[in-house]
Amino acid sequence: MSKPSIIKTITRKRGARSFGGNVTLFIFLTFMALLYLFPVIFMANNAFKPLSEQLKFPPDIFVNTPTLENFMDLGELFSNSLVPFSRHLFNTLFVVAVGTAGQVVFASMAAYPLAKFDFAGNEFLSKIIVLSLMFTTAVTSVPNYVIMSRLGLVDTYLALILPAFSSSLGLYLMKNFMTQVPSSLIEAAHIDGASEMLTLWGVVMPAVKPAWITLLIFSFQSMWGVTGNIFIYKESLKPISYALQQIASVGIARQGVTAAVSLIMFLIPITLYIFMQSNVLETMSTSGMKD
Amino acid sequence: MDDKIRSNGRYNYRKNLPYYLMMLPFFLLFFLFTVLPVLAAMVISLTNYDLLQSPGFVFLENYRRLFLNDTVFITALKNTFIIAVITGPAGYMLSFLMAWLINELRPKLRAVLTVIFYAPSISGNVYLVFTIIFSGDPKGFLNAHLLSLGIMDEAMLWLSDEKTMMLVVILVSLWMSLGFGFLSFIAGLQTLDKSQFEAAQVDGITNRWQELWYVTLPNMRPQLMFGAVMSITSALGVGDLTIQLTGFPSAGYNTHTIANHLTDFGNLRMEMGYASTIAVVLFAIMLLCNRPIQALIKRVGT
Repeated sequence: MSKPSIIKTITRKRGARSFGGNVTLFIFLTFMALLYLFPVIFMANNAFKPLSEQLKFPPDIFVNTPTLENFMDLGELFSNSLVPFSRHLFNTLFVVAVGTAGQVVFASMAAYPLAKFDFAGNEFLSKIIVLSLMFTTAVTSVPNYVIMSRLGLVDTYLALILPAFSSSLGLYLMKNFMTQVPSSLIEAAHIDGASEMLTLWGVVMPAVKPAWITLLIFSFQSMWGVTGNIFIYKESLKPISYALQQIASVGIARQGVTAAVSLIMFLIPITLYIFMQSNVLETMSTSGMKD
Repeated sequence: MDDKIRSNGRYNYRKNLPYYLMMLPFFLLFFLFTVLPVLAAMVISLTNYDLLQSPGFVFLENYRRLFLNDTVFITALKNTFIIAVITGPAGYMLSFLMAWLINELRPKLRAVLTVIFYAPSISGNVYLVFTIIFSGDPKGFLNAHLLSLGIMDEAMLWLSDEKTMMLVVILVSLWMSLGFGFLSFIAGLQTLDKSQFEAAQVDGITNRWQELWYVTLPNMRPQLMFGAVMSITSALGVGDLTIQLTGFPSAGYNTHTIANHLTDFGNLRMEMGYASTIAVVLFAIMLLCNRPIQALIKRVGT
């Protein structure tokens, strides 16, 4: 392993930036980072501002005397609501957990043959998946409502869970990552008499750990904020983000509560992401489209 | 790269059966919730289906109404293009620029900056904070500061004034644009083959800009392609953002987008036939925009 050190010396030498260049880069990156952070910092501070500070003119960015008032108000509002807070939380956790687990299982089972075997229809199915990345769910929302109601899935968890099982981005990322798994590894498992399912779960999945972690993260991110707007009408089945949105939408007097809500909704997915970033980036390195 | 196992032969369906069975659950649901809806939208768009009475075929009547009689749709079309033409390319280039600039930083610093720039795109409804920042109330963040500094004499209605509301929508969507494409660029830049840069140096490449154009970009083509698809799709699909920031319907329909128009007819007025027409048009626009842009990216660095 002496090669990396040679590469390092060469890369350091190539086109080294001037001192002025470094300073410019530093200033620009700091500026951009602050610009991107500002709304988050402002929101986080608002969550801890007492009412007096929220109504201050002109408003400060940072909180002076932090308080948990807003979070307590939020708790109050929830304890007075018809459907208990815990029920909304359960709805979201259930939908996210089942939807995410299903997405990883279904996407992996579909990605494995597409990535590693040559059979009629492989190219066609792969193309369809790429094609489906090119339009959003807005396009399919109207017929989806009709389909859901025909299947009797409106007002059930399944209306939110089943579409998540067939996420094309999940399949796409998983398939791309699986093409890197050496064929010899799979053939060796075959020679040992393992079935395809056993090969997938015993040999391939451990080798593509970054990919399924990434799918978990992305699926969590997209399902965590789900409000169930057009598929769920029963108050008791509504997810937490819907309930929080309702509470937050009452206007300027609830600014602090809104901020508290946003902060809670933001912290959970971002924390998960931070711990898993290296896995996500490893997966995204194979996210490229060949044609 | 293509390291596929070919032992069974492409058309040996009996031996390949396990593969088809493994793919079945995913593709069954994919067909039901993605393929079928697209096809169904095309059929429903030719009818006057409204969930109440039995649908009848009206053929291209909905399309005629959409393009010739629906001025709000034409506004939505225009707004969507304004948003997409600005935030699509700008967000895309910003993603690449930021990824490229932080690429050579120390790993810890790079990781921190990656989180900072990526966070807005997964921030859930943190962008609602912009309704406080750009609130039309004199006590709104921006108004209060501009008033107290004496820059303005009276409060500006940032989110309902036709001069500023589109600008705010564009700024916020740029703030949220460093998403999947950005991650793909960061990851792609990290895995570039370093020996190519040495070779390029031998071939007489002297500065960073040449290096970027002749070595980095051509090697990044697959990631650039993926990022483009993600940018185009999300830029053309902007909908929730405009509703949350500027309300629904927005003042004077000034930030009304195709996706908003779709919500209006599909989820509120329940005119499924007409809403499907809007969906089909949106679908066509998304696919049509992807093709030429992909062709363009294929020529990068040549």
